[in-house]
Amino acid sequence: MPHEDPINPEGGVEWLRADGPQTDVVMSSRIRLARNLESFPFLTKATPDERQRIVAIAREQTLAAALADQMIWVDLRETPKLERNLLVERHLISKQHAKGDAPRAVAVSSPDERLAIMVNEEDHLRIQVMRSGLDLQEVFQQISEVDDKLEKRMDFAFSSRFGFLTACPTNVGTGIRVSVMLHLPGLKLSGELEKVRRAAKSMSLAVRGFYGEGSDAVGDFYQLSNQTTLGKTEEQILEEFEGKMLPKVIDYERHARKKLLAERRKLIEDRVHRALGTLRHARLLAANESLQLLGYLRLGVAAGLIKDVPLQTVNRLILLTQPAHLQRALQKELDQAKRRVERADLVRAQLAG
Amino acid sequence: MKCDNCDNEATVHEVTVRKGKKIEKHLCEQCAAGEGLSVQASLPINTLLSKFMMSTQLEEESETVDHCPECGMTFAEFRQSGLLGCAACYDSFEDQLTSLIERAQEGRSRHVGRTPASGPKCLDRENIIASLRQELDEAVASERYERAAQIRDELRTISESADADDDDGD
Ligand SMILES: [Zn+2]
Ligand SMILES: [Zn+2]
Repeated sequence: MPHEDPINPEGGVEWLRADGPQTDVVMSSRIRLARNLESFPFLTKATPDERQRIVAIAREQTLAAALADQMIWVDLRETPKLERNLLVERHLISKQHAKGDAPRAVAVSSPDERLAIMVNEEDHLRIQVMRSGLDLQEVFQQISEVDDKLEKRMDFAFSSRFGFLTACPTNVGTGIRVSVMLHLPGLKLSGELEKVRRAAKSMSLAVRGFYGEGSDAVGDFYQLSNQTTLGKTEEQILEEFEGKMLPKVIDYERHARKKLLAERRKLIEDRVHRALGTLRHARLLAANESLQLLGYLRLGVAAGLIKDVPLQTVNRLILLTQPAHLQRALQKELDQAKRRVERADLVRAQLAG
Repeated sequence: MKCDNCDNEATVHEVTVRKGKKIEKHLCEQCAAGEGLSVQASLPINTLLSKFMMSTQLEEESETVDHCPECGMTFAEFRQSGLLGCAACYDSFEDQLTSLIERAQEGRSRHVGRTPASGPKCLDRENIIASLRQELDEAVASERYERAAQIRDELRTISESADADDDDGD
């Protein structure tokens, strides 16, 4: 099958819209469910042939299940590395899923990209629904519908004792991972982030960087997610996540920003305007540097210090300055040095005042 | 209960069996941390596994199966990757997994959430079991051992009937 060009780099991306509730602090909301087909071993013990059959079943069933107006099927084995990295940068597949050459795929709803189903990642199916801003209830409703539809078409591995059976026992039970992407520059600048980290940990929540496990929190972007998946209903897990820790973190962040603006206004103004100045004038920008600067710019826009740049432009730049997006937009592979030039050019053009 | 090492309340309890002798430790959080034990329910899986490994390696006689008959995975293999080989591994390694899962899941080891529409319709029973287990934990915590023993018997009866049903279902 010829490889088409299904994902529009400037298209859908839900978390770029910056129009959901509480977008000053919450970039996006996401829920993921882990499911495995009953009649196949988990992937550690699946033969290449079995993996291929899982892909074929998932393809047939996810496309037939009417999960969205349009579903796009991306066979990752036939997809060039650059395109796979594009999907990682859009949070549609994991870094792990982009690697290797085992049979695997992802189904994505188009054009909104709210729904993505990774096939043969750590589990046979990883169903994810994502929305801009804080909107976990909507996300939960959508993913429950998707799960219901898929469950009618496939037999998932399940035991009455342990619930949905997953390759890693830390996901067993509901198989649910609820997460939000938070922007926490206020807590970072005021040195209170460690406190929040500790509090989150004591409530069995994980705090991770922008691209998940093991990634850095460049730009002060953090993923907060539940760690326990067993012994509580999905609703309880969601309620605890949404009701207990999350509102506190959002409040702390807003409070920290307010306090910084009241007590150390010049420092904040300086950070924000320096960031904008650099972004508007730099000729070379490394990926991490631009993400850090865009993080400060985002703080400035959300706090009303910068009035001529919309939040959506900042979010868009956060994505478009990532290596694969940059190369994809220019239709060519670039080495790191060239990417720095192109990144700076792109940012200057988008932020021209 | 007081900590073995100091006057703080003991919150970490560990029982290991070494050379057939049961060794109990009751420690406060600080002392436990000093000994490399942790109460954090949400340890990263690798840490969790290595801690779990340490304590199971101490047990000299283990009467558990060494591989899953369904997929051939050994428990050692699982320890290395953190990933199981198939759904049947949950049965094959149930004993070892249960304590690992309880540590990872804030002490819980019973599913109470969504079930497949086609799957076992025993949520009511599961709910009963879940609440019994909670009651058991509370009984143990408040040292009401007679009640705890009663609950254990109840649980055994229920889970035996559940196993029988499961077998019929297959
Ligand atoms: Zn102590
Ligand atoms: Zn197995």
